[in-house]
Amino acid sequence: MATLKELSKREELLAGGHRLCAGCGASIVVRQILLAAGRNVVVSCATGCLEVSTSIYPYTSWRVPFIHSAFENSAATVCGVEAMYQSLKRRGKLPVDEEIKFIAFGGDGGTYDIGLQSLSGGLERGHDFLYVCYDNGAYMNTGIQRSSSTPLGADTTTSPVGKVIPGKQQYRKDLTDIVEAHHIPYLAQASPHNWKDLTHKVEKALSIKGPKFLNVIAPCHRGWRAGVNQTIELARLAVETCFWPLYEVEDGKLTINYKPREKKPIIEWIKLQGRFSHLLKPENEHILRRLQEGIDAKWESLLRREGEK
Amino acid sequence: MSTNELKGWKEIPIGGVIVEAGNSARYETGGWRTFRPLMDGQLCKNCLFCWIYCPDSAIEVEDGKVKGINLRYCKGCGICARECPAKAIQMIEEAKVSAGE
Repeated sequence: MATLKELSKREELLAGGHRLCAGCGASIVVRQILLAAGRNVVVSCATGCLEVSTSIYPYTSWRVPFIHSAFENSAATVCGVEAMYQSLKRRGKLPVDEEIKFIAFGGDGGTYDIGLQSLSGGLERGHDFLYVCYDNGAYMNTGIQRSSSTPLGADTTTSPVGKVIPGKQQYRKDLTDIVEAHHIPYLAQASPHNWKDLTHKVEKALSIKGPKFLNVIAPCHRGWRAGVNQTIELARLAVETCFWPLYEVEDGKLTINYKPREKKPIIEWIKLQGRFSHLLKPENEHILRRLQEGIDAKWESLLRREGEK
Repeated sequence: MSTNELKGWKEIPIGGVIVEAGNSARYETGGWRTFRPLMDGQLCKNCLFCWIYCPDSAIEVEDGKVKGINLRYCKGCGICARECPAKAIQMIEEAKVSAGE
């Protein structure tokens, strides 16, 4: 496991000068992943903040081969490249001793919703690739519309808080569970505040053959309506409240990578974010309770599953 | 970026491919800044948290030590100042610091 000092001696593969917002969580996630992955990767990216802000013509921030894909097919794109790569290797047109890795990025919109079929297909066909979802919980790039990853009760432009409806009315989709149902060799949830865990998971994932999946929380202060400097703090609190448990499933075996000494109530995370401010009102207490119940149920099920032999 | 860096349609590669990797390094985003991070080298313990948490690849590290902050890219988010355990970074209003420059 690399220390920060060791990581800092590696090449910076995401150049500055990209146009993601100040304090963006996505670029922190990508920087850490590329530091762990190294230069020998091919990246594809679904439409979203990350794609459009790092590749504004005539500039690119990527120092690795990068394919600008559409919204729904980041996984399919990288799977196609991987298939071609394997074919060229088989036919002796590329050196067999060199190992190139394939990474697809997508936001929650491009992964939970629009790119789900393409991700599912790639996982089922068993391509040798790593899919990374940077999850900020809404369509931030187009102006904060709800996605199936948006948490219950959150205010977005398409689940607006008003007199009748108090924010998003549904629980978020559990994509990590859906991916697990594909029985792939490795999948995990991670957070950029815990760089050690995230970079380790990337290194581990890339050392395994076959499809791998990482779901990484990427706080968006614009959409979450928080301070521009609170990105890391929000990621940390999401983990401390067990809203975003850090766990991995390797060949079907589940391991929780971090257990908070004292699981914080979800309100600790909620109260920092403008998108949840209405939940602090007494009349909306039932939503807050429902949110907490959902988190507790998931955490309990993880603990139970980890204990099973 | 200056407009004369833009190519005509005959010079642009097919498919709009960008052939120079990482060339956004030539694009300046420092002008977005409202607050500028000022680092006190005396207080810095070189834990490198500022570096690993910087969204803009703006913290310069050499041999495991923080060399400085690249103001060409720094958008002034202040994550570095907030996450610094030694409180070695302060955010100062850009207008105040840049007035003397």
